[in-house]
Amino acid sequence: MSTVTFALRDSATMLRRNLRHMRRYPSLTFMLVGMPVVFLLLFVYVFGGTVGGNLPGVDGTGRRAYADYLAPGILVVTVVGTATGTAIGIAMDMTEGIIARFRTMAIFRPSILFGHVVGAVIQSMIAVVFVTVVALGVGFRPNASPVEWLAAVGVIAMVSVALTWLAVALGLVARTVESASNLPMPLLLLPFFGSAFVPTDTLPGPLRWFADHQPFTPIIETLRGLLLGTAIGAHGVVSVAWCLGIALLGFVWARAAFERNVARPAR
Amino acid sequence: MTGSTVARAIAARDLRKAYGDTVVLDGIDIDVPAGSVFALLGPNGAGKTTAVHVLSTLIPADGGTAAVAGHDVAIEPDAVRAAIGVTGQFSAVDGLLTGAENLRLMADLHHLDRAVVDGRVADLLERFDLVDAATQTTATYSGGMRRRLDLAMTLVGDPRVIFLDEPTTGLDPRSRRALWQQVRDLVATGVTIFLTTQYLEEADQLADRIALLDGGRIVAEGTPAELKRLVPGGHIRLTFDDPAQLDAAALALAGSERDDDALALDVPGGSDIARLRAVLERLDRDGIAVEGLGIHSPDLDDVFLAMTGGHR
Repeated sequence: MSTVTFALRDSATMLRRNLRHMRRYPSLTFMLVGMPVVFLLLFVYVFGGTVGGNLPGVDGTGRRAYADYLAPGILVVTVVGTATGTAIGIAMDMTEGIIARFRTMAIFRPSILFGHVVGAVIQSMIAVVFVTVVALGVGFRPNASPVEWLAAVGVIAMVSVALTWLAVALGLVARTVESASNLPMPLLLLPFFGSAFVPTDTLPGPLRWFADHQPFTPIIETLRGLLLGTAIGAHGVVSVAWCLGIALLGFVWARAAFERNVARPAR
Repeated sequence: MTGSTVARAIAARDLRKAYGDTVVLDGIDIDVPAGSVFALLGPNGAGKTTAVHVLSTLIPADGGTAAVAGHDVAIEPDAVRAAIGVTGQFSAVDGLLTGAENLRLMADLHHLDRAVVDGRVADLLERFDLVDAATQTTATYSGGMRRRLDLAMTLVGDPRVIFLDEPTTGLDPRSRRALWQQVRDLVATGVTIFLTTQYLEEADQLADRIALLDGGRIVAEGTPAELKRLVPGGHIRLTFDDPAQLDAAALALAGSERDDDALALDVPGGSDIARLRAVLERLDRDGIAVEGLGIHSPDLDDVFLAMTGGHR
């Protein structure tokens, strides 16, 4: 077998291991779905009545209109949430003796990380499906064509891959499981300072500038455009650029951190 | 490559490792002939685990060279990894997988043919007495079961050189003896074993050669018999009610060491049954009344006291 075949085979083995872990320990997945669902219900039913009436550039008023506006942002929040779960998962895994065993075996080393990343992307897609169903239940009415749906799935997958690599790096550099759960917190807050919950036009000066120039706003606007037909403009290209950049940073950082861990195992 | 190198499963020269200012390995040489059992004996913190980590490619050495199964650990780590199996001090099993799944995971990572995997897994479960627990997640296993599974996982890839880092630490005596038997069975198949332990008895039971590691240096090396000759034997400690009896006993048992404060006498020359009987017969003959008796067997402390001149 060639090196590439070995690399694929080892990565598939590691993926199977991670999927088994998710099945055996489903509470983490439930928690990852639960958080965005709580946000969705809270914002639609508590704030939706007020906010929904005052959305510039959004058709309709009230809770239903706000559900439409909110849903794409909540889907991105779901993806961020699963990524933070990955940081915790990988930090926990690194404390296990079996990782040291893997390092003494003639395997394709990055397969350990690939298994985590692919597993996490699958987990986040499952979470996104759940959250989408709940969103449809509270009045989200996308008007996307099949092609636009496909593109939306692609955008979510792209965001998930990028954030997961970043989360893997954060999980590897964290010295404890606790710090691994705290390090990605800023990521969870970023969508709030973007266009997830309100249009950026409604924000005060400096905050608005920040919201317009951070990665989550173009990503959310792209998704919103695909699902609801709002204008996408340059947001699509900017999103792809951000995701590529974040993925590359996360990948390089994660690989370096993983190799550095070899140099200082627990004695 | 010369013939003598091939016959050596492990050859290390002047191996050095430090973490910051803390020197962990201070230039050690190790030679393990293929098919033999080598024990690295030392207290906690002596550098045993670090030696295993360097030889098993887990961490790079700061200096020196090491070859395992004919391959340099720094230059061809993957060739070394393909030839070795490591059972570390800390359990290296996946707690969320079952026993059988753990073994299957190893089989997949060794790229074993699917056709042989089932047979191999079933064999190992049988051999390590894990058939009943095969479908339980290992989080439910006892310490002894985890250690057995750990060793079974190490064997999935048929390694030629096996590292066992304190394999019986924390095990009850019965599990310890069972594991010793597993190791002996392995040796019979011709593999080389590199064992670390804090127990003199364990090294004595299993190893062909023993090296004593202290403070990152090998302070003595030899066969168990050679090392035991270097170690003062055990002694018998007698305690008395009455100083007069202590005086009489000290006179009767020449060469013994008296402890007047405790009214005790340490009698050297071993602590086995024959020696015990001889000492008691002598006391009987002289009509000396002994109040208490204690037996002190030689242990790792004695070995180290002898080797390091008491600087511990």
